[in-house]
Amino acid sequence: MNTVEITNLKKSYATNKVQALQGITFNVQPGELFGLIGPDGAGKTTLFRILTTLIIPDSGTATVLGFDVVKDFKEIRKIVGYMPGKFSLYQDLTVEENLEFFATVFNTTVEENYELIKDIYIQIEPFKKRKAGKLSGGMKQKLALCCALIHKPEILFLDEPTTGVDAVSRKEFWEMLQGLKVQGITILVSTPYMDEASLCDRVALIQKGEILDLNTPQGIIENYKKPLWAVRSDNMHRLLNDLRKYDQTDTCYAFGDTHHLTLKNSDMTADDIERHLQNEHHHYVEVNKIEPNIEDCFMALMKI
Amino acid sequence: MEETVISTHKLTKRFGEFTAVDAITFEVSQGEIFGFLGANGAGKTTAMRMLCGLLSPTSGQAQVAGFDVFKQAEKIKQNIGYMSQKFSLYEDLTIRENIQLYGGIYGLNNRDLKSKSEALIQRLQLQEESNKPVRSLPLGWKQKLAFSVAILHEPKIVFLDEPTGGVDPITRRQFWDLIYEAAAEGITVFVTTHYMDEAEYCNRVSIMVDGRMDALDSPAGLKKTYQANSMDEVFVQLARRAVRSG
Repeated sequence: MNTVEITNLKKSYATNKVQALQGITFNVQPGELFGLIGPDGAGKTTLFRILTTLIIPDSGTATVLGFDVVKDFKEIRKIVGYMPGKFSLYQDLTVEENLEFFATVFNTTVEENYELIKDIYIQIEPFKKRKAGKLSGGMKQKLALCCALIHKPEILFLDEPTTGVDAVSRKEFWEMLQGLKVQGITILVSTPYMDEASLCDRVALIQKGEILDLNTPQGIIENYKKPLWAVRSDNMHRLLNDLRKYDQTDTCYAFGDTHHLTLKNSDMTADDIERHLQNEHHHYVEVNKIEPNIEDCFMALMKI
Repeated sequence: MEETVISTHKLTKRFGEFTAVDAITFEVSQGEIFGFLGANGAGKTTAMRMLCGLLSPTSGQAQVAGFDVFKQAEKIKQNIGYMSQKFSLYEDLTIRENIQLYGGIYGLNNRDLKSKSEALIQRLQLQEESNKPVRSLPLGWKQKLAFSVAILHEPKIVFLDEPTGGVDPITRRQFWDLIYEAAAEGITVFVTTHYMDEAEYCNRVSIMVDGRMDALDSPAGLKKTYQANSMDEVFVQLARRAVRSG
């Protein structure tokens, strides 16, 4: 049995006439770390709210561990852990009071399931007497994760846990998720950061309520068929403008310290591109054929 | 010689025992794209609030757009632009109403407001949509409009606080085209981001650690100093030094 089964799920909101989910279908397998990768407005939060039984879909079906999200909502609420995108702990309770509160609500104790949260909790334990509202962003995030785990859920839903978090804390958070995965917990996590896709077993690239592609990260990359070139010169801004004007260019996007270029004609070589740029008076031109990353793939699949 | 539009000397902010910003000294030139990086809790927000005239420093000196942060905070507010991903436009107001509201807040007189509004609507090619609520615009256009509104009163400097958070990859890159255009017109762009590829697009990047400004150089210079292949590696090396908990 799949841990999560979603079939043709649709949801729209009357207030802004937006169809948040336009018929989504996918499964999450037991023990999988599954990523929903997409920008704001993709429908990620709507999907989480349906799976955690907080809102009802317009049509389609979804089950979590075999339970239907509409009929069996009481069962689902006992076995899932949920970390919403917005910090939702009690700001005026201390760290340990929050944890005890969530344990009690789920009819368990902190001691009973301590093993599961131990590695994460010890990082915030020095501040256990501090009110949750007074914690820094990184510590709030760790406490929220502990509270979502304290009843030993079989599946964890994490809605944008790393949004607004710096690059170092993001890395640490993903290390924590790998640790939980080893303990057998199925995890469905959403993120707008494309680079986090490579840390998942499988990902769905999602935009405007539709899945653009669903595969292993490597599978998504292998589906990118066009040759991709990384280009740089001594004047990156002029280079970007010149490459966009180049009549052979199909797409050209800035990517940190290089520009990623695809051409209309797949037979062209690095020498051809270099020669063109030298004619445009660029110096120190470097052109290398590269493997795309998830962000390249996402942009190639996007509907604008 | 380019004009200096931000200049600080040992700028410090303490909250009780806690030193949020610890004697930072730096300068930013006219037309520069200045990346302002740091881990969560490193002091970025506090520093930015002081530079925008929203928070009074504890000690040190700073001038922004030619005004003193201690004595002329109100003048600073009138002479800068500000935009963030979270705080931007009023969704229920029309495009024209948003432009006029912000232009009015930034102190444009009625005549300028009228001509600048029309010029902006034309430049963005939003004539057809100008009387529709902002809510109906695609995200990329909203961003473009929010940025244009933030610089409508032709400030010397615009502060962008995580302007591209949560935005799709193509819109994110289009936003950087706007940044380059503004800089080319002589507006200084002071920008924070958690996307390390965007750090590469800045002329210079500063990285704050535990309230101090531990690094300040061009992206190429920083990569050389820290023997790193990417700005991500530079950032990780510096941020891992932090003693303070994020």
